[in-house]
Amino acid sequence: MRQSIEKVNRLLDAPIDLGPRILLVLAFVLLLPAYLTPLYNLTMFAPQYQDGLRLHIYSYRLEGGNGGQDIKEINLLNHYIGMKDLAAEDFTEFKWLPFVIGIFGLLFLRAAVMGKMTHLVDVLVLYVYFGAFALWSFAYKMYWYGHNLAPSAAVRVAPFTPPLFGYRKLANFEVYSYPAFGSYALAAVALCLLVAFVLAWREARRAAA
Amino acid sequence: MARRKGAILWGVLAVAVLGLVSSRCAPSAPKGAKKGAAVSDVATAAMKVYVAPGDLDEYYLFASGGHSGQIYVYGVPSMRHLSTIPVYTPYPATGYGFDDDSKKMLGDLTWGDAHHPALSETKGDYDGRWLFINDMNARVARIDLRDFKTKQILGPIPNVSGNHGSAFVTPNTEYSMMASRFSIPIPKGTVVGIDKYATEYKGVVTGVKIDPKTGEMSFGWQIVTPPFNWDLGDAGKLASDGWMFWTCYNSERATGKLEVTASQRDRDYIAAVDWRLAEKSAAEGKGTMIGGIRVLDPKAIPGLVYLMPCGKSPHGVDVTPDGKWIVGSGKLQGVTTVFNFEKIQTAIRNKDFTGDEDGIPVLKYESIKDAEVPVGLGPLHTQFGPDGYAYTSLFVDSAIAKWKLGTWEVVDKVPMSYAIGHLCAAHGDTVHPQGKWLVGLNKLSHGRHLSVGPSQPESSQLVDISEEKMKLVLDAFTEPEPHYAQMIRADMLHPIEVYPKEESKHPLAIWDVKDAGLTRNGSKVLVKMVEVRSTITPTDFEVKEGDEVTLAITNIEQTTDMLHGLGLLDYNINIVVDPGETKTVTFKAKKKGVFPYYCTNFCSALHQEMQGYMMVK
Repeated sequence: MRQSIEKVNRLLDAPIDLGPRILLVLAFVLLLPAYLTPLYNLTMFAPQYQDGLRLHIYSYRLEGGNGGQDIKEINLLNHYIGMKDLAAEDFTEFKWLPFVIGIFGLLFLRAAVMGKMTHLVDVLVLYVYFGAFALWSFAYKMYWYGHNLAPSAAVRVAPFTPPLFGYRKLANFEVYSYPAFGSYALAAVALCLLVAFVLAWREARRAAA
Repeated sequence: MARRKGAILWGVLAVAVLGLVSSRCAPSAPKGAKKGAAVSDVATAAMKVYVAPGDLDEYYLFASGGHSGQIYVYGVPSMRHLSTIPVYTPYPATGYGFDDDSKKMLGDLTWGDAHHPALSETKGDYDGRWLFINDMNARVARIDLRDFKTKQILGPIPNVSGNHGSAFVTPNTEYSMMASRFSIPIPKGTVVGIDKYATEYKGVVTGVKIDPKTGEMSFGWQIVTPPFNWDLGDAGKLASDGWMFWTCYNSERATGKLEVTASQRDRDYIAAVDWRLAEKSAAEGKGTMIGGIRVLDPKAIPGLVYLMPCGKSPHGVDVTPDGKWIVGSGKLQGVTTVFNFEKIQTAIRNKDFTGDEDGIPVLKYESIKDAEVPVGLGPLHTQFGPDGYAYTSLFVDSAIAKWKLGTWEVVDKVPMSYAIGHLCAAHGDTVHPQGKWLVGLNKLSHGRHLSVGPSQPESSQLVDISEEKMKLVLDAFTEPEPHYAQMIRADMLHPIEVYPKEESKHPLAIWDVKDAGLTRNGSKVLVKMVEVRSTITPTDFEVKEGDEVTLAITNIEQTTDMLHGLGLLDYNINIVVDPGETKTVTFKAKKKGVFPYYCTNFCSALHQEMQGYMMVK
């Protein structure tokens, strides 16, 4: 038992090779588009809205299509079913997401420079946790908007959750929800970290043997 | 045998009589009617004009509405009525003439007689910025094609009575030109007996100045003329740029029963006005101020006006795309007369005159005329194609004649149903006519449509002019009464569909329902209102009997087509606000009681709930 713990400790203390370090820097670079481009896109079509109403969710803000007009239109329509306005103030994520992305950037660089297995494991575990939490947070937000309908609404609809991924028909609207470039960048970051970890772990085991 | 002989004889006689009688019978329809008055190949025609649901037309047609005072917008080739632009007459459908601004613009008049729309031009081509339209009540209006709304009505212009020869623009929209159809003693308010008509009554032609940036119109200058009845005009272009041409009837200076008294001379005149000289003279302070406008006297300014004799009672005058020829159509003739601008200039240089009218030189007809084209009876107006062809409407013949510039050969005719007045070809009065489509604007339509009683619609007919032979392809029944029209390629116009919030400059505009409400200043009450799906805020307010109430209504929508209305019952108030627009309406609260107001323009699923109450205590 002690032996295996010592073995793991040794492995964790092992320095990592150039390959995984480059991957860490790449992960850092990939955080940039994750910040600059939308993480999620929502598109809604209806007979009256042939051009579609579009909502782009960034890590720090909401953006409506058609020069911002679409978000006003979505809110206008939602007020009939008593849904709360989509307002940046209600998205606590917008406050912590950019900060956390920044922290990860620093941690990736730290791991790349200090170059120990343990740093790599840290960022990987933290990042997976962050990813899972962010997804849950987004899903919960969707649920929250669809389930906190004012009881005095003109049109009463059964509480609902807009689609997290893919298509759903809601009343007269076709709603499409898909991750956007920013999310793919975040996924690529995860992939970089995973590959870096696998490469580094193998290398460390080979060195130990 | 004898009986049989007798029977044969009787038979022969009967056939002979029958033959004689039947040969003297008038046919039941005119010659050529069996082929149809103008029936074209149905399938081809249908394909050409069919604009499938959801598809868009190729051209805009802006047709004047005559004494309805409006402009009607049609799509070509479908000839579908797309919208109405109210100009001189209140139009409840858009609330025009009910809110403070449009009421002020209309003034005391609630009718106008709008004849000749003119699209603004740059270098002789349509530029898609504005549309000008005359009113017989000595006014001219500007419609901004950015939002298809009337922005200015200028007038009544001093000294002008019966502004018919208008709103023709010069090639760079320097001026919108107007001419008086009725002569009166000037300034207005002067009374002189009709027996002194020939000497004391005056006609005037006017240059209405247009600001090149904003389109804002202002009084330019005026030229006093003998009391001829000025009719129609067209500005010279390219070769003849700087000149303006107007036809007249009643050069007899007659009064009374004009249909006889004004049709005595074989030739009346087309006036050729050097408008750049007029502009220069006015700038130099020449002439006198009469009725508030600078009036130039052609006697005192040599070279300002010349008269071109044109037979007989000419109506339309149209300058060819290259500006080299001026086509004048004598409505009581069988020919249209083509004048050569170069020859006109030569005659002016050589003082080739045959006399004068109150000091205005009359050019020698034979020296300036190039051709008399035998187009047919009652020629009125001419439009042009891209390939050197001209199209002249024939009122009496009820047809359009196609003829070639230069060879003066009439190559084709197409019947019109019935009695065509103006005609309008795509960009047909510019330096670059497009051909393709020609619309005949007819005066009579009888029998071409389901009967709608004695008040008959006007007929406008679409003619395909893309090939050698003209082809009638569609009958449309346009709102009364289209005189002239302008046809512009659809992709040259880019109207906005909402008024952007950022551009809102109305001092009473509010963009937040929280700012809505009532403020009182003595007996003046201001109610700032917001309309947005599906509430009018405030939903109620209270005023006192005798208060002067101003409602300032802002539609804070920024979505296309999301118009809201405000009808106030029993108060004759009917406002429509477009997305992003603010309108005010001021009225006296003179009736006590509770008055509902509501959204008149169907907007949303809860449109019916969009209502409120005004209490007058």
